[in-house]
Amino acid sequence: MSHPRQLPLLLPALTVLVSLFMIAPIALSVMAGLVNNYSAGLASGLTLRWLGEVLDVYGSTITASLLLALLCVIGSLILGVPCAYAMARSKSRWARLFEELLTLPIAVPGLATALALVLAYGQIRDFRQSFAFILVGHLVFTLPFMVRTVGAAFRRHELIALEEAARSLGANFTQRFIGVLVPAVLPAIVAASLMVFTLSVGEFNLTWMLHTPLTRTLPVGLADSYASMRIEIGSAYTLVFLFVILPVLWGLQWLGNLIEKHHGT
Amino acid sequence: MTSPSRLLSACVAPAAAFFAAFWLLPVVRLFALPADKGWATYFAVLTNSRYLQSLLNTLGLSLGVTLMTLILGGLVGITLARLNFRGKPLLLSLLTLPLSFPGVIIGFFIILLGGRQGLVADVTEWMGLGRTTFAYGFTGLFLGYLYFSLPRAIATYTAAASAMDAQLEEAARSLGASRWQVAKDVWIPELAQTTLACGAIVFATSMGAFGTAFTLASKFDVLPITIYNEFTNYANFALAASLSIVLGLITWVSLFLTHRAAGPAAAGA
Repeated sequence: MSHPRQLPLLLPALTVLVSLFMIAPIALSVMAGLVNNYSAGLASGLTLRWLGEVLDVYGSTITASLLLALLCVIGSLILGVPCAYAMARSKSRWARLFEELLTLPIAVPGLATALALVLAYGQIRDFRQSFAFILVGHLVFTLPFMVRTVGAAFRRHELIALEEAARSLGANFTQRFIGVLVPAVLPAIVAASLMVFTLSVGEFNLTWMLHTPLTRTLPVGLADSYASMRIEIGSAYTLVFLFVILPVLWGLQWLGNLIEKHHGT
Repeated sequence: MTSPSRLLSACVAPAAAFFAAFWLLPVVRLFALPADKGWATYFAVLTNSRYLQSLLNTLGLSLGVTLMTLILGGLVGITLARLNFRGKPLLLSLLTLPLSFPGVIIGFFIILLGGRQGLVADVTEWMGLGRTTFAYGFTGLFLGYLYFSLPRAIATYTAAASAMDAQLEEAARSLGASRWQVAKDVWIPELAQTTLACGAIVFATSMGAFGTAFTLASKFDVLPITIYNEFTNYANFALAASLSIVLGLITWVSLFLTHRAAGPAAAGA
C-alpha cells in the first residue's frame, strides 16, 4: 500500500515543467537585458549599456509611473479609508449596493472603463492631456481594493468593542477615528497601499487608452519599446520594471505574514 | 453631536462623488451612445460576421485557457501543498510574481519564447527542424493567457489544498480507494468552490485582456483588440461602445453568477 503522502511521480514532474514555463521567460528576459548581443547570448559578454539607454530614452516614464502610483495611493487612502469604515459599520441596503457598484471597475475590462472615460471627458483638453486623466482611471480601478481590504479589517469584532470603549470614555468621532481605529487597522492600510501601488505601476489596459504622447507611463513605454526597439532594450526596460515592483511585492509578502501572525487567518 | 448615520454618509460621500463622476456617469453615457446610430447598433456583435467571429474567438480562447489553467493550476497546487522542500517559499513567490506584470510584458515573454529570435526557434534549428515560431498566432496568444492565469490558480489551489482535510484522504486510502478515486471523490469536491471562483476570474480576465494581444499584434482576432481598432483606427465610437458593453456584460455576469453560486467563502479567491 502506498504511503498517504506519496504522490504519483507525474505530479512533481508536471510541477517542474510548469515552473520552467513560468520562470524561463523571466530569466531569459533578465539575461537579454544584460548581454551585449541577445543572439550571441552570454558569450557576447555582460553590459549595462542597454539599461543606460533605457534610462536615456524612457527615464521620464519611470518617474511618471512612480509619481502616479504614489498619488494613486494617497488618493485611494483619502477616498477609500473613510468609505471602508462606513461600509463596515453601515447595515443599510444602500451601502451594500454601493459596495457592489464600487467593485464593478474590477469586473469590467479596463478597456471598457477607459473608453467610457475618454468618451465622457475627452473633450476637456487640459484634463485629457494631463496625467490627472490617467490618475482618475487608476483611482477608479484601485479604489475597490483599498475599500475591501481596509473594510475587512474594520469589521473585526474586537475593533467594534474598542471603538465602543473609546466612545464611552468620551472620545469624539475624529479622536476615535484617528487615535483608535486607524492605528488598529494600520497593517491592512499599508498592505492595501502597497497593493494599490503595484496595480498602478503595472496598469496597462486602461492606461494605453488614456495616455497621450506627453503622458506616458512605464507600461506604455514598455509597449513602445517592444514594438520599436531591439530586443535587448525591451529586456533591459523589463528589468527596470522588475526593480521597481519587486521591493514593493516583498514588502507586501512580509506584511501579509505579519498580519497572519498577529490576527490569525 | 452628529447622528451616526449622517456621520457614515459623510464618510462615503467623497468616494461616492468620485465614483459617480468618473465611472458611473461615463458608463451610463457609454450605454446610451450606440442608440445614436440606431438600436440595431447594440446587436452589431451578432449581426456583423466579423464582430461575431471576434467574439467567438475570444470566448473559445478564454474557455480553453480557463480549462487548461484549472487543470494545471490544480495539479501543481496540490503537489506544492503536499511537498515540503527547501526553497518552496521562493518557488511560490517566483510562480506568483507574474500576477503583477502588465499584459505587455507577458506578450514580450511569448516573443522571447516563440518569436523570430525566440528560444524555441533556436532549439528547433539546432535539432535541424528549421526555425519554428508560434508567437504571433493562436498558440502564442493561448500560451500568453495561460502564463498570466496560472499564477493566480497556483496560488489559490496551493492555499486551498493546504487547508484541505488530510484525514478524509487518508480514510479514503485506508478503505482501499485508488488514486483516481481519491482524486474524483475527495480532491474534486473539496476544491469545487475554489475551482468555480478561480475559473470565473481567469475567464473574465482572459476575455478582457488587452496588453498581451496588443504586444503580439496577433493574427488571431480577439474582441478587446477589435474594440480598440474600431475606436482608434476607424473612430467608430458607437460600435466600440456597443462591443464594450457586450464584453463588459459577459465578464460581469460570469463573475456575478459564480460569486452567487460559490458563496462568500470563495469571494477572496
